[in-house]
Amino acid sequence: MRSLLIAKREFFTAFDSPVGYVVLALFPALASALFFVLGPLFLVGETSMRDFFSWIPWLLVVLAPAIAMRIWAEERRSGTEELLLTFPFQLGHLVLGKFFGAWAILGVALLFTAGVPLTLELLGDLDWGPVLGGYVSAMLLGGASLAIGLYLSACTSNQIVAWLLGVVVLMFFNLIGGAATTSAMPPSVGRILLSLDFGEHFHSITRGVIDFGSVAFYFGVMAVFLCANGLVIERRRWS
Amino acid sequence: MSSSSAPASNAASGVPAASSAAPVVSVRGLVKNYGEVQALRGVDFDVPAGSVLGFLGPNGAGKTTAIKILCGYLAADAGTVTVCGLNVASHALQVKQRIGYLPENNPVYTDMRVEDFLRFAARARRLRGKAVQQGIDRVVVQTGLAEVYRRSVGQCSKGFRQRVGLAQALIHDPELLVLDEPTNGLDPLQVVEMRALIRELGQTKTVMITSHVLPEIEALADNVVLIHQGEKVADGPLETIAAEHGGRLPARCTIACSEEQLQELLKDCQATFLDQRHASFASAFEQVQSAMVEVDGPEGLAALAKTAAAKGYPILELTPMGGSLESLFQSLRSGGQT
Repeated sequence: MRSLLIAKREFFTAFDSPVGYVVLALFPALASALFFVLGPLFLVGETSMRDFFSWIPWLLVVLAPAIAMRIWAEERRSGTEELLLTFPFQLGHLVLGKFFGAWAILGVALLFTAGVPLTLELLGDLDWGPVLGGYVSAMLLGGASLAIGLYLSACTSNQIVAWLLGVVVLMFFNLIGGAATTSAMPPSVGRILLSLDFGEHFHSITRGVIDFGSVAFYFGVMAVFLCANGLVIERRRWS
Repeated sequence: MSSSSAPASNAASGVPAASSAAPVVSVRGLVKNYGEVQALRGVDFDVPAGSVLGFLGPNGAGKTTAIKILCGYLAADAGTVTVCGLNVASHALQVKQRIGYLPENNPVYTDMRVEDFLRFAARARRLRGKAVQQGIDRVVVQTGLAEVYRRSVGQCSKGFRQRVGLAQALIHDPELLVLDEPTNGLDPLQVVEMRALIRELGQTKTVMITSHVLPEIEALADNVVLIHQGEKVADGPLETIAAEHGGRLPARCTIACSEEQLQELLKDCQATFLDQRHASFASAFEQVQSAMVEVDGPEGLAALAKTAAAKGYPILELTPMGGSLESLFQSLRSGGQT
């Protein structure tokens, strides 16, 4: 419940800022445009969202840091971090509250893409299993990306720096298991790199089969970076 | 976070009640380093229940660091801080619940409306149900926020924004109110209003207020703790400290006389030159001397005026410099008080 108070504040603050609206408008617009305009939908004549979801990891590389960049960095820049940390909150509640707030914003952004499957349903017979799997997968990937973004936002008081670092780190996690990287490595190292690749886990879920290893991977990334986020804040008390 | 050592609970906040006999704040051997810089070097002081304590020191003395440790924002490298008998390090949440804190520069969420910000602060301070609205209604009256209640915090004037900061600190009716430089950046009228508000609050609460402005502390505090370069240099009532350590009063004087006559005048009044500002110039009078001098308190100043008048030297200016904080600290430190 204590986290919910923080989550609500983060969520509604996003709708008070122009950046929030730009993010919420841009993400569905780009996702839809990439799918309908650049994708092969009208060439293959198949009502599937596979191509739509193939763009999601790359859109999240930009979107997740954009949502997360403000959350700690702005508190620190404006001094409200001091106010927040002297309220009787446990640090875990603050970290989780901010994460859930950011995750809810991402949920709304994904909800705004609901026009895509609804349009496809009108055009033909859409198989909703992979669609739901895709959205679940996007939320999990988004959660992991946001946890990284929040950690980086806690490391700086500059939102732009937080965003840029977030983009770089997420690019790294999306490219790490690519053929260009793994083919240059010994097979055992290549397998480890592939197991850390965000896109690899994402696509395994979007196939419509819940892969518990991938779900656990995303929750593991969230746990690691949220703990790191808490440690960064706590460490500042001692510096 | 254990609260097993804390006594029974208070209805409004669900927080354990404290013993009234002990000081509300007790600080012992407080040490804090920022890398190589020693911000606090073993500071000790108490804040008696029901008093207004002025925490006084020049900028960079360590006041804000001590306050941040007391409020749980920073961790101490050594020493203990107890608030209402609870150790800040081991009972952080309970201590935070008992403190109302207005940080320096008053950080507030400028994107929120005053009403929403106070509601958020109330819930953050663990108020529930009807207590939330009751708390808001009380502080809106107390701090005079009715006219900006529905306005965005960012659209409020600096004075109102400071009141919003004070309101959030008061919303849970805390036992201890900690105000870090509460009049910083306010215009003179707002300073007067804020001081009146703090004086009123000081009648019912234990208040700890930091400032680098001596008259501010003189106007508000019963007792003061003077801190300089991370060390406590004195504590007690300000008049006592000033009488014991800071009897000499700097003053600016401009008198129509020759330099020799001024020196003779100062000698007669046991005043001394603070000669760096001494200037001699001609004006409508034949010769005018302008100098910073040091006299024996207000009586010495009166004696200087009286003697100059008796000698027939027109006084063009005689301004006491208000016992500057720096000169008081210089006096305290040169007297070996640490």
